[in-house]
Amino acid sequence: MDILKKLKKYYWPYRRFLILSLISMIFVTVITAAYPVVLQLTIDEVIYPGNFELIPMIVIAFIVLMGIKALTVYTQQYLGDLFGISTVYNVRDDLYKKLQRLSFKYYDNAKTGDLMSRLTADVEGFRFFLSFGFAEMLRIFSMVTVSLLVMFYYSVPLALVTMAAMPFLAVSVYMFDKRVHPAFLGIRRSFGRMNTRVQENVSGMNTVKSLSREDFEIGRYEEKGENYRDHYLKTAKIWSKYMPFMEFVGNVSVVALLAYGGFLVMQGSLQPGELAAFFSLVWMFLGPLMNFGFVVNMFSQAKASGERLLEVLESDLELDDSIKPKGENIKGHVTFNHVTLTYVEDDDEALKNISFDAPSGKVVGLIGATGSGKSSITQLMTRFYEPEQGEVLIDGRPTSDFSLKDLRKHIGFVLQEPFLFSTTIKENIAYGNPEATMDDIIDAAKRAQAHDFITEMPNGYDTLLGERGMGLSGGQKQRISIARALLIDPSILVLDDATSAVDMQTEFKIQAALKEVMHDRTTFIIAHRISSLKHADEILVLEDGEIVERGKHDFLLQNNGPYQRIYDIQYQDREAILGKQHV
Amino acid sequence: MATETRKESPHLKRFHYTQDVAVDKPFNWKQLVRLLEYLKPYAKTILPIAIIAMLVSTAVRIVVPILVGTVAFDVAIENNDANLLMQLIVGIAILYGLSYIGNMVRIKYVNLLGQNVIYDLRKHLFSHVQRLSNRFFDNRSAGSIIVRIMNDINSLQELFTNGIINLIMDVITLVSIIIILFVLSPELAAAVIVIIPIMFYISTRLRKNIRRSWQQVRIQQSRLNSHLNESIQGIRITQSFAQEKENTEFFDGVNTDNYSNWKTATKKSAMFRPFVEMSNAFGVAILLAFGSFLIITGNVTVGVFITFALFMNMFWEPISRLGQMYNQLLMAMSASERIFEFLDEEPNVKEKEDAKALDDIEGHIEFDKVQFAYDEKRIALHEISLEMKPGQSVALVGHTGSGKTTIANLINRFYDVTKGAIKIDGHDLRDVKLDDLRQRISVVLQDTFIFSGTIMENIRFGRPDASDDEVIEAAKVVGADEFISRLADNYETEVEERGNILSAGERQLLSFARALLADPRIIILDEATASIDTETEVKIQKALKRLLKGRTSIIIAHRLSTIRDSDNIIVLEHGKILEQGSHDELMEKQGEYYGLVKSQFQMLDDL
Repeated sequence: MDILKKLKKYYWPYRRFLILSLISMIFVTVITAAYPVVLQLTIDEVIYPGNFELIPMIVIAFIVLMGIKALTVYTQQYLGDLFGISTVYNVRDDLYKKLQRLSFKYYDNAKTGDLMSRLTADVEGFRFFLSFGFAEMLRIFSMVTVSLLVMFYYSVPLALVTMAAMPFLAVSVYMFDKRVHPAFLGIRRSFGRMNTRVQENVSGMNTVKSLSREDFEIGRYEEKGENYRDHYLKTAKIWSKYMPFMEFVGNVSVVALLAYGGFLVMQGSLQPGELAAFFSLVWMFLGPLMNFGFVVNMFSQAKASGERLLEVLESDLELDDSIKPKGENIKGHVTFNHVTLTYVEDDDEALKNISFDAPSGKVVGLIGATGSGKSSITQLMTRFYEPEQGEVLIDGRPTSDFSLKDLRKHIGFVLQEPFLFSTTIKENIAYGNPEATMDDIIDAAKRAQAHDFITEMPNGYDTLLGERGMGLSGGQKQRISIARALLIDPSILVLDDATSAVDMQTEFKIQAALKEVMHDRTTFIIAHRISSLKHADEILVLEDGEIVERGKHDFLLQNNGPYQRIYDIQYQDREAILGKQHV
Repeated sequence: MATETRKESPHLKRFHYTQDVAVDKPFNWKQLVRLLEYLKPYAKTILPIAIIAMLVSTAVRIVVPILVGTVAFDVAIENNDANLLMQLIVGIAILYGLSYIGNMVRIKYVNLLGQNVIYDLRKHLFSHVQRLSNRFFDNRSAGSIIVRIMNDINSLQELFTNGIINLIMDVITLVSIIIILFVLSPELAAAVIVIIPIMFYISTRLRKNIRRSWQQVRIQQSRLNSHLNESIQGIRITQSFAQEKENTEFFDGVNTDNYSNWKTATKKSAMFRPFVEMSNAFGVAILLAFGSFLIITGNVTVGVFITFALFMNMFWEPISRLGQMYNQLLMAMSASERIFEFLDEEPNVKEKEDAKALDDIEGHIEFDKVQFAYDEKRIALHEISLEMKPGQSVALVGHTGSGKTTIANLINRFYDVTKGAIKIDGHDLRDVKLDDLRQRISVVLQDTFIFSGTIMENIRFGRPDASDDEVIEAAKVVGADEFISRLADNYETEVEERGNILSAGERQLLSFARALLADPRIIILDEATASIDTETEVKIQKALKRLLKGRTSIIIAHRLSTIRDSDNIIVLEHGKILEQGSHDELMEKQGEYYGLVKSQFQMLDDL
């Protein structure tokens, strides 16, 4: 219930819907129980005594009652649903806002699949509970009470006979629920495993085919398929054991009713119509009880869903963004003073005591093995992470002095794997600056050497890119992402391994584009190839989070350090290939 | 309420997601028959048992109300015959016992049937897809294939489990109830039965309308989910460009659309039960009025009246299910259409009936005037002739689209040549067994796929019967052992495709080990251009040399060092061979290759 309290602000504004829906529910159950009463009256008061003049009255009363029932059935269901979807609308909105602002640190540890299941399955589970859970609970409770009352009113001994079925039913409902839910979970898990198998097989089809492993794959799949089937059949077995039994318990009490009730009627202590009414009442009483396990389970699932939603909603933003954007300009002077960064507590430091000064307009090259901390440096400037020690200054002020919007607006990123969104090329380029004019967009594309291939496409700038920008080559995507970074006209440009995953020709085109745009901006180039950063004003060579060497290309070549070693490896080819030819 | 808070935002059309269109497939009998053929293997075993069990419980359900009404009330109670009542009760108890057993057997066998059929169907589809050629996979996204194997087949599950049996059961129930009512009292039956068409109408038409609006909700919801998924994956870009607010405005729009679609659908759905209730009430009212009139006139007994009252409650369930069944069939039609589309797909590359086994080969490859076109307009190779001697290494050099990858794909017979012939050790590729051929050839791809499982299993994928020692030996030879032994569980470390445990360079080494284990005569290598730091790069180069030693190798080369070390360099452009020879020869010649090498160095220097 603690969870419901915490989520109160989402559903409380709509409590009216819930209350009206629950009131309607009471009407529905009471009228439902009236059906056997009408039947009884007709048989006992009309047919047997021959009072047929009562018929029109009974029929009219019945129709009116059913009319009210129809109406309340409608309001009960509709308002219940409305309660659920209105609440979930607010929850979704808040979740999304939260997701937009959660830190990189959060996303480093989060899995897309897990987040998605919270946003979809758990939101849906919560909605289902709000729409059905309360109402179903009330329905069971009131249906059982009302039908019991009517039964006791008609005949105490017969009512007691009917109630005798309860313990049997309760035990089997309990046993069934206890066994069927783990079994269902088993089915879901087994299906998940089969799904993963198929997914990997299809995604890795090239690998399968090139090693001719089709039969092996069919064998591996079959195993999962059989497992799924067996899990399903195991569940069906539980089902076939309990469901017919519960029905049987109900049927046995019908037989008992008939025997004892028939005897009572013959004795004259029970009216025939009352006995007939019992045949309907018994199912109104037992049916909801059979559902009880389902509702209890729904409660516990909704609780788990609510918990998982709260985990996201209450997670720490880790970044205080209380400063209002002022539209400040940034010149692009970046200074690091003894900066240390740790991603995960107790883990090794990702950056150790990093200091450098990059006046605006300068080019800084970063080189080092995978994991040496090159990207971390650039991510500190935008406050994607916060330093543990030391300070990061931009234009002489700590980064935390700026609002995030102002800060990030002036820092442009081009990453190794360009991520494009499912929208037009135009929108993708304008992503960071949605207000840009078409001329600006074309200009940015031209400077990124992207304009030509874009105009060659059938729809030009209006070409839609599929999910993850399918249909474009790596180099084309990269040039669009460069145009995107240029359009915000950043004072600081970060090229994080932007050209390594494309072939030589494309790299040349991109490098040419970059050369032109680096002009007048502070630029950070992260690269493995010496050729990409040899013209930098300062090159920082990183190893395990430390700067082990720094300086200009010419200096580093003579420094007998790692830079020189990398250079030798990369350029020995060149010597061997070209040296003797004197190109 | 939510709709009122919506402001017109300029960002409502920020993203575009492909949307399904809701269409109902027309009913296709042929397809249904084809689908039902999957029942055949069980037509003499599981199916009859399920049907008999179903018939038993259905019969009990129909017989009991008659016994209660016409025998218990009209005879036993009316005449105060306690003996008859007792006999009747024992009889009903036995019937219920039978129905209990019938239900148990039915649920068990119906699931057995459904699961077996689904298992067969999915296995058939999966195996079929494995045999399809690369061309098939070129044209489709992995996602769309997976959806068919998993979701489309799953949507047939209910049809084969309960659907067909219920269809028979419901028709039998309805027909027999109607017959019994007419036998008991033709006049009353005729009067009461008017509600059946109304119920059918509600169950089909109204439901169809409701289903449409739920379809709309689903489409809208998948849009919402696509966006959520994308926004999580692209979160780093969004935050870098500080677009959180704009995206939130877009999402507000999607969320509001979703809300209002849902509201419409739920409004329509909520109409459904009231209609059912009212039509039921209408029937009962007729029964009350006309039934009691018939009792006065002496045409029916009280017991018949009670039987009618009990049956009135039994109309709705089968009618409702039949209406659902119709919906289910429509959905099954569109699912099975998609499944059959795949099953009808023929592999482009077929093995001849009398294909020869290919035992040990030397690794001699010959292209004899080979022409190849992916489609009629796009000729990828123009009459290429070339020879690769056993043990030779050949580098393919050229721009994107020059035909390098095509040559590699043809050697592995991923595609068949359009004209000419490719021979391995003198055998035309089309004459030998496909499996044999591919077992002699390994392809090492640029984007190595890592299957979820241990490192050991991933390397062993190259040859499933290899022992642990052989796997480790292979890893040692290519120099992968070093990083593997640094992992937490060494060779037993669990990896997965998107796991970040392995770097690009490490993946490459794994794929080398995989290829080495397969011990092919011919290796085709698509050299990676991934981001790999220089030290790792050196290791990869060393591993490569070991892997290629003594084998015929064809390398789609990007690294100049690999090219230089090759025995033969083939320079391609627009599907033609421009020149070939060793590095020294080609440099001497000062032709295309010379220009290519020179310009690559120059342009990097110029920057």
